[in-house]
Amino acid sequence: MGTLRGLHLRAAVIRAVRAFFEEAGYLEVDTPLRLPSLAPEPHIEPQESGDWFLQTSPELCMKRLLARGYPKIFQLCHCFRKEERGKKHLPEFAMLEWYRAECDCHDLMAETEELIRSVAKMVGMGESLFYRGQRIDLTAPWERLTVAAAFARYAPMSAEEALRQGTFDEVLVERIEPHLGQGRPTFLYEYPAALGSLARLKPGDSTVAERFELYMAGIEVANGFSELTDPAEQRRRFVADQAAIRAQGRDPGPMPEKFLDELTAMPEAAGIALGLDRLVMLIADAATIDQVVAFPPEHL
Amino acid sequence: MYTSSDLRKGLKVSIDGDPYIITDFEFSKPGKGQALYKCRLKNMITGNAFDRTFRSGDKFEKPDLMERTMQYLYAQADEFHFMDTRSFEQIVITKEQLGDAINFLIDNMEVDVLLFNDRPIGVTLPNFVNLTVVRADPWVKGDTSGSDTKPVTVETGYVVQVPPFIEEGEKLQIDTRTGQYVTRVKE
Repeated sequence: MGTLRGLHLRAAVIRAVRAFFEEAGYLEVDTPLRLPSLAPEPHIEPQESGDWFLQTSPELCMKRLLARGYPKIFQLCHCFRKEERGKKHLPEFAMLEWYRAECDCHDLMAETEELIRSVAKMVGMGESLFYRGQRIDLTAPWERLTVAAAFARYAPMSAEEALRQGTFDEVLVERIEPHLGQGRPTFLYEYPAALGSLARLKPGDSTVAERFELYMAGIEVANGFSELTDPAEQRRRFVADQAAIRAQGRDPGPMPEKFLDELTAMPEAAGIALGLDRLVMLIADAATIDQVVAFPPEHL
Repeated sequence: MYTSSDLRKGLKVSIDGDPYIITDFEFSKPGKGQALYKCRLKNMITGNAFDRTFRSGDKFEKPDLMERTMQYLYAQADEFHFMDTRSFEQIVITKEQLGDAINFLIDNMEVDVLLFNDRPIGVTLPNFVNLTVVRADPWVKGDTSGSDTKPVTVETGYVVQVPPFIEEGEKLQIDTRTGQYVTRVKE
């Protein structure tokens, strides 16, 4: 269950996040939690709610708002993912997601740095965090490491080789993640194109996608993209992901057609989803996510 | 049959025909990637431990484990004889299989014997046992250093640290999980 310190810091972090985005000229939005269709994701299992679903992320609704002409938006909301439970996972968790038109993943990495530095200052942490006995220096710029360089440095094979063997996730979790964000935060970026999800491919190098993840003290905190704005390519990826879901014996649900229709009008943009509970864990020096939420599911 | 979503600390699974207990467990899921279940597994027969990461959808057999209440009868060389208190069936457990438990075994003590495919692989003792001190150095009167302890030998041959006032012939309560002295027992 949440500790007093965990819940106080959680409230302070939320206040600081809102202050940062207000200052930066963002509009706070509040999109519906219950949706008729979701972005198909092979490794995320949604929670049904009647004939509809609880959101696994507010991504599609927020992109539709971008397409409607809102260039800078952020949202604090709850997301639901079945079967995810661990020291850093809850089946219902808090997400901070923001999108910005006319910028790319590098601009967003810089803005993420600013946000977390600003939040740490506002909650009284200053230029560094102490997590589980380790100091994390928040002075900018943070480490930026491509996926290829991370595999070369920490893994016994290349990223392509791990993908071919079907062991990319295992190698990442066992060999690479423990080294990331130690001493200072790390942005891991340029993912193999096959793991691009909703990210666009890098202009001039179609083997990698403009996707990044932020790690602090070995913990994955956020995932961001230069967004894919090509509706035909997005549909191809959704069709492939739906097939992958069917191959697991699950029903992918309906195709999010309204999103695909409106994607045509979406400007070039970058977006990022940050696990708010995990950021609070890091700031509160909490060993488990349970310490920073009011009630984990087992206590309900 | 278990699947990976059943995995948790303390669960016992069968791998390559051997029983294993999960001593450490962590759920992990790299961004957009698949769920991974990092386990530290200890072989319940050999005690060997290793780490393995499982994926969602992996399946595991339940090991054929059974616990039976048995009475300790006697030891002959390195073989310890036990009897099932209901069927009166007798079995032999080796000194090696018993491990630290031999420090606390006394005649007629009831223990839980863990069997894997009907083969004994370990015993669980009562949490506390009472053992008689067979050898103790006398307490030097006037020694007031209250925090001091001294070693004494109990009837099983086990040596335990106790307060200096404990004397030969006294009965001690010992915690079998930690091997430590708890209190003096008055009979």
